[in-house]
Amino acid sequence: MAEFVRDNLLNAFGDAVLEAIDERGDLTVWVARDRVHDVLTHCKADAELSFEFCMDVTAVDYLALEVEPRFAVVWHLYSLSTGKRVRIKTPVPEDDPVVDTAVDVWKSTDWFEREVYDMFGIRFEGHPNMKRILTHQDFRGHPLRKDYPADLRWKLAVPDDLVDEMAPEELERIRGRARRRLSD
Amino acid sequence: MGLKDDLVRPSDATSDAGTVDVTDEARSVFTTKLEKVVNWARAGSLWPLPFGTACCAIEFMSVVSSHYDLARFGAEVVRFSPRQSDMMIVAGTVVDKQSPILKLIYEQMCEPKWVISMGVCASSGGFYRAYHVVQGIDEIVPVDVYVPGCPPTPEGLIYGIMKLQEKIERGEPSRYQAIQAERRRAHPEERRVVAG
Repeated sequence: MAEFVRDNLLNAFGDAVLEAIDERGDLTVWVARDRVHDVLTHCKADAELSFEFCMDVTAVDYLALEVEPRFAVVWHLYSLSTGKRVRIKTPVPEDDPVVDTAVDVWKSTDWFEREVYDMFGIRFEGHPNMKRILTHQDFRGHPLRKDYPADLRWKLAVPDDLVDEMAPEELERIRGRARRRLSD
Repeated sequence: MGLKDDLVRPSDATSDAGTVDVTDEARSVFTTKLEKVVNWARAGSLWPLPFGTACCAIEFMSVVSSHYDLARFGAEVVRFSPRQSDMMIVAGTVVDKQSPILKLIYEQMCEPKWVISMGVCASSGGFYRAYHVVQGIDEIVPVDVYVPGCPPTPEGLIYGIMKLQEKIERGEPSRYQAIQAERRRAHPEERRVVAG
């Protein structure tokens, strides 16, 4: 079932594909970090693949396995037109936890990437608003890292400005509208 | 009800008992203290403010709906403004990000005010012994009654409300008032005027 997806990606990015694992029809493709943005763009734009839907972006901390690199970022893609799925993974080292953003490919990855940053401390280069999304402004550390103590809390005294959670240009648009309303 | 403890039936009934056959109850008067009447009235008309964040709030909904009918306890007027309510029911998990909001809403309530912590999440963090959950809302607000359960049954919450009513009728200070009094005792030099 997943052969044509694997073959398509191998043909287009033979040098960038580190490994393609077909586990009972569930395809996982490991891609080199510097080419992952190209692969994701191709996954959406290619007529044969047409993965229009990025279902989730998440990460894995392989601390207990003691492997290098320590992290992996994972994209779960789904094609609404062919009904196919693929999982794209890329290794991310601990000393340079940065990956290219996919917001320009799927707008929906905006908050997913902020969640990955918040939970794992992996930054997404080119993201319009790379800041925490689930934890609060006084939080320190990244709680889903395996070396974060599970019950270490950071208290918050003043409510977070939830309007500030939006992307800057969105915030400006809303503030402009409010200003116009007030001046009328 | 607490009022009846003070019921005094005067031996010299002032009515025309000799001519009209009325029951004792109908022609009796009783004396009491204003404080007692006020406490009795307060206990019988609690205005709940639901701070519902999780499944406990669903149970709360059934408590105020027709089957369990909290109106029987005089507490059916659910308000979503803290300024119009005196019993906050924290129903659900409260995370650290939310805790200043909970405190703000609590502070907006007029006194006297009471807090019921519904369910184990609100009472102790429940099974969320984790980086993001308040380990019991008494870290933030003074709690009068803790209702255990995950979530508590509607009967459980009703029992908690009845316990609170008993406490109010006995004339006990709310947890908030008790904490304030403790503070005044410990720091008499502060001379801060605290209502209630």
